[in-house]
Amino acid sequence: MEQLELKDYLHETKLIQGRLFALGIILILLVLTLMTRVWYLQIYQHEKFDVLSKDNRVRLVAVPPIRGQIYDRKGRVLAENLPIFTLEIVPDQVADMRALLDEVARIVMISPNQLKRFEAALRSRPGFEAHILKLNLSEEEVARFMVNQHRFPGAQVQARLQRSYPYGGELVHVLGYVGRINQREKDSIDPQAYKGTEYIGKLGIEEYYESELLGKVGFEQIETNAHGRPIRTLDRMPAVSGNDLVLNIDAELQVKARQILGDRRGSVIAIEPATGGVLAFVSNPTYDPNKFVNGIDHRSYGELRDDPQRPLLNRALYGRYAPGSTIKQLVALAGLENGWSASQQVSCPGYYQLKGSSHRYRCWTRVGHGPTNLISAIMKSCDVFFYQMANSLGIDKLHDFLGSFGLGSKTGIDLRGEPDGLMPSREWKRRVKGVVWYPGETLITGIGQGFTLATPLQLGVMSATMANRGQRVEPRIINHMVEGAGDGYTAMDFTPVIRENSQVEFNQANFDTILEGMRGVVESPEGTAHYYIGRDKSYSMAGKTGTAQVVNIAQGARYDASKLTEFQKDHALFVAFAPVEEPKIAIAVIVENGGGGSSVAAPIARQIFDYYLAAETNEESASLARVTQPDSGL
Amino acid sequence: MFRIKLDWPLVIGLLMLGFTSLVILWSAGGENPRLIVNQSLRLMVAFAVLILFSQIRPESWSRWAPMIYGAGLVLLVMVLLFGYTGKGAQRWLDLGFMRFQPSEIMKLGVPMMVAWVLARRRLPPSSLNLFSALIVLFLPAFLILEQPDLGTTIMITLSGLVIVFLAGFAWRYIALLGALGLVSMPAVFNMLHPYQQRRILTLFDPWSDPLGGGYHSIQSMIAIGAGGAQGKGWLQGSQSQLEFIPERHTDFIFSVYSEEFGFVGVFMLLLLYTLITARGLYISYNTKDSFLRLLGGSISMTFLFYVFVNVGMVSGMLPVVGVPLPLISYGGTSMVTLMAGFGILMGIHSHQRLMSN
Repeated sequence: MEQLELKDYLHETKLIQGRLFALGIILILLVLTLMTRVWYLQIYQHEKFDVLSKDNRVRLVAVPPIRGQIYDRKGRVLAENLPIFTLEIVPDQVADMRALLDEVARIVMISPNQLKRFEAALRSRPGFEAHILKLNLSEEEVARFMVNQHRFPGAQVQARLQRSYPYGGELVHVLGYVGRINQREKDSIDPQAYKGTEYIGKLGIEEYYESELLGKVGFEQIETNAHGRPIRTLDRMPAVSGNDLVLNIDAELQVKARQILGDRRGSVIAIEPATGGVLAFVSNPTYDPNKFVNGIDHRSYGELRDDPQRPLLNRALYGRYAPGSTIKQLVALAGLENGWSASQQVSCPGYYQLKGSSHRYRCWTRVGHGPTNLISAIMKSCDVFFYQMANSLGIDKLHDFLGSFGLGSKTGIDLRGEPDGLMPSREWKRRVKGVVWYPGETLITGIGQGFTLATPLQLGVMSATMANRGQRVEPRIINHMVEGAGDGYTAMDFTPVIRENSQVEFNQANFDTILEGMRGVVESPEGTAHYYIGRDKSYSMAGKTGTAQVVNIAQGARYDASKLTEFQKDHALFVAFAPVEEPKIAIAVIVENGGGGSSVAAPIARQIFDYYLAAETNEESASLARVTQPDSGL
Repeated sequence: MFRIKLDWPLVIGLLMLGFTSLVILWSAGGENPRLIVNQSLRLMVAFAVLILFSQIRPESWSRWAPMIYGAGLVLLVMVLLFGYTGKGAQRWLDLGFMRFQPSEIMKLGVPMMVAWVLARRRLPPSSLNLFSALIVLFLPAFLILEQPDLGTTIMITLSGLVIVFLAGFAWRYIALLGALGLVSMPAVFNMLHPYQQRRILTLFDPWSDPLGGGYHSIQSMIAIGAGGAQGKGWLQGSQSQLEFIPERHTDFIFSVYSEEFGFVGVFMLLLLYTLITARGLYISYNTKDSFLRLLGGSISMTFLFYVFVNVGMVSGMLPVVGVPLPLISYGGTSMVTLMAGFGILMGIHSHQRLMSN
C-alpha cells in the first residue's frame, strides 16, 4: 500500500490540486450569488423595502407570563396577581405630546409625580414602547377614558396584573416583594426572559425562587393600523405561567406570633423539627410590601429607613445576637460526651475564679446556687457550673461541639444573604483580632456571651436539632411547587435535607439527661421559666431561657440619646420545643432589649405553642369527626 | 526550541471578524454589555484553541482521526440514548459561560475520518472505497439528524462531500447525479406532504404566506432591503431595533448588519469571508500530503458554506435552518470548532514552511 501511494503521488497531487482550484471557482460563484441576492434586495428593490419598513404593520409583541402565586401550608394566598387598569402612551404614535397630556389630564387625574416619572421614561426608553402614565385607574376613570378614547390616538387603557400581598406586612420578611427592575438587575438578567415584564423578585422567597416564579414569556404577532393601534392578533405563542409555590409557613401562626410580639422589637422562628419546615418566620416590626411593588415614594421610604425601630431590618435572618444561656444545654451535652457524669456536683458560691487570678466571674444570682448537678444547673441556668465545665472542656472542644449544632455556620435556608454568625475559636481570634485566646474567654463562651453571635434562625435550627436529638435538618421555607403550565398538575416536592455533619453519634442516655434538664426549666418549680409558663399546660415542653447583654446588631444606627437606656437593656431569649415525646414545633424567641428571657420571651413561646398545638389537635379531631360521623354536618 | 507558529493573514482576517461581531452585537443585542462580555470570552477561548491546535504536528491528525471519530460517535449515541430517558433533550454539555455539543466534535471528526478513509488508498477512489467513505459520512449525519439538528447535519454532510469531490469523484458522475436530481424534483415534490410543499413554495414566494411561514423571511428581507447602499448607520436600523426580526443577535444577525451597514458593508464582509476561505484553499493547495490536502480543503470550504447557508436563509434564498453566521453570530458552540479547524489549517501551513526550509 505504501508503495502504491508513492507511485501515484504525483498523479494524486495533480488531481487534488485541480479539484482545489475548482473549489476556488465554486467559492467565487457562491459569493457572487450572495452578492447578487443582497444587491437585488438592497439596491434594486431598496425603495420597495424602504417603504415596507416604514409602514411595517406587523409586530411581535411580548406577552408577559403570569407570575406564580405563593400559598401557605394550608392553602392561604400569600402573594397573588390582581388586575389593575393602567393608562399607557406610545410616544411614536403621538403627534403632539404636550397637547395630548393636557387633554388626558382633563378626564384622568394625573399627579405631578406621575408626570415626572412618565417624562423620565420618555427619555430613557424607545418611543415605540408603551409608557405608563398612570397606574391603578379607578373604574370611573376607565369609563371616562373609554368614551373619549378616539380623541387620544397613542393613548390606551390596559388591564395589567399587579403583584399583591394580602397579608401586608405580616410576611414581608419571609416573602420579600417584587419591584421594578433596576439598572443593576438589568445588567445581570437575560433580557429575553424579561421581555414584557417590569418586575423582579427583590427579597425573600420572591427573590430566591425568582426563576421558578417568573414563567416563560410568550409572543404575539399583532397587525396594527396606521396609528399603530392593534387590529387583530395573527399568531401567538402563549406565555407559560410561573410555578406556584406552597410554603411551609402557617400564615395564621405567623400572624399570631407577630401579634403576641406586639410592638416589641424581635423575632420568632418556629420550625417543624422532623422536616425542617419553617412554620413561622417573624421579624418585628414590619412594613407593607405592597408599597414597594411600583416603587415607594422618597418620603415614605425615608420614614421607614430612619425609624429607630428599624422595620426594614430582617432581624430573623440578619440579626446577630449573643445567644446567652440558650446554649447551656449544648455545653452540658458536650460535658457529658467528654466524661462528665450527670451526678457530678459543682459548688456555686455566686462567683468563679480561675486558678492564679483574682478576677471573679459572677453567677447571675449573687447568693449562688450552692452544690449543683448538671440537671439543676440547666434548670436554674447556673453560670458557675458552666464556667467550670467550659474551663474543663477548653475552647477547642466547645467550638467543635457547638459548631456541630449549627452555631457559626449558615443554616442553608432558602433565603439569600444569610450570615454565618460567629462561633469563636483560637484560630479565629488570632486571624481576626491578632491576639491569643485567653482562658477567661472560654468561660464566658460557656454561657453564650463574649464573641459568640447567633441569628434567630440559627437558634431556631438549634432548637429543632435538640428536638430531633441531635439530627440537624436544614430549615426550608418552601414545601412544594406546583407547575403553572395549566395542563396537568405536576408537583415538585422538596425532601428534608439532613446535614452531613449532624450525624454525630450521641449517647442517647446523655440526651435524656439534657432533655430532663430542659424540661425542668419549664416544668420543675426550680426551673427559671416555671413561674411564668410552667402551669396549666396540656402538653410537655422543654426549653431554655436566656438573657443576653446587648450587642449592636447592625451598623450605622444613630441612637436617640433619650432612648439610650431602652436600647441598652438586655435581650430576652427563649428556645423550646413541644411536645417533648414527639416534637411538633421547635421555637426560638428573641425580644430586643426585652429584659429577662424567662419573664418576657418564654411567655411568648408558651402562647404560640398553646395556639399551634391546640389548632393541630382540633384539626386532627375535626378530621376524625368527619370520618366517624359523616352526617354530622361538620 | 518551542515557538508559536501562526499564519498571520488568517489570524488578522479572523480577528477582524471577531471585532465585527462585537460591533454588530452591541446593536443587535439591544446594547447589552453582558452579551459583549460573553462573546468576548468566547472569542478568547476560541483563539486560545486556535493557537493550541496550530501547534500540533499535522501528521498527528491522520493518526488520531479514527480515535476522534470513534469518540464522537460514542458520544452521539450516548446523547441520543440519554436524551430519550431524560426527556429534557440533553444535547449540551455546560461549561459555565458556554455550552458544548458532542456533535461539534463531529464537525472536525467526520472530515478527518472521510479524508483518512480515502487517502489510505489510491485516488481517485474505487467504488468500494467510496462506499465506505459515504458510510463513514452518513452514519453520524443520521445520528445528528435524529437529535434533531438539521443545520448541523447539513453542514457535516457538506464537509464530507467536499472531500469526496476533492478526492476525484468523477465529473461525469457529478453531472449524472445533478441531472438525476433535477429530473426527479417534480416527482419528489409530489410525494411530499402538502404542508411541506407549502413550506418550499413559501421560500420562492414568501409573500404568499406573509404572516405564517414567510414572516421571518419577510421581516429579515425588509431589514436587508431597507439598508440600501450605505445602510442606516450603526444602531440606527429601525427594522432591527424595533425587534421585528427574530433571533436577531444569533442566526439573523446578518440582517441587522445589512440594515445598518448597507451594501457597502455587506460587500466588505463577504470579501473578508472570501479572502479567509481562499487563504485556506491556498494553504491546502501547497501542502505535500493528500490527507492534509483533503482535510484543509474541507475545513476552508465548509467555513464558506456556513456563510452561504446563513446569508442565503436570512436573505430569503434558502429555507430557514439553524445555521449561524460564522464567528459573527452570538453563541459559542460553533465558534470554538471553527477556530479549531483554522488551527489545524495553520498547523498544516507552518509544517509546510518548515519542510520547504
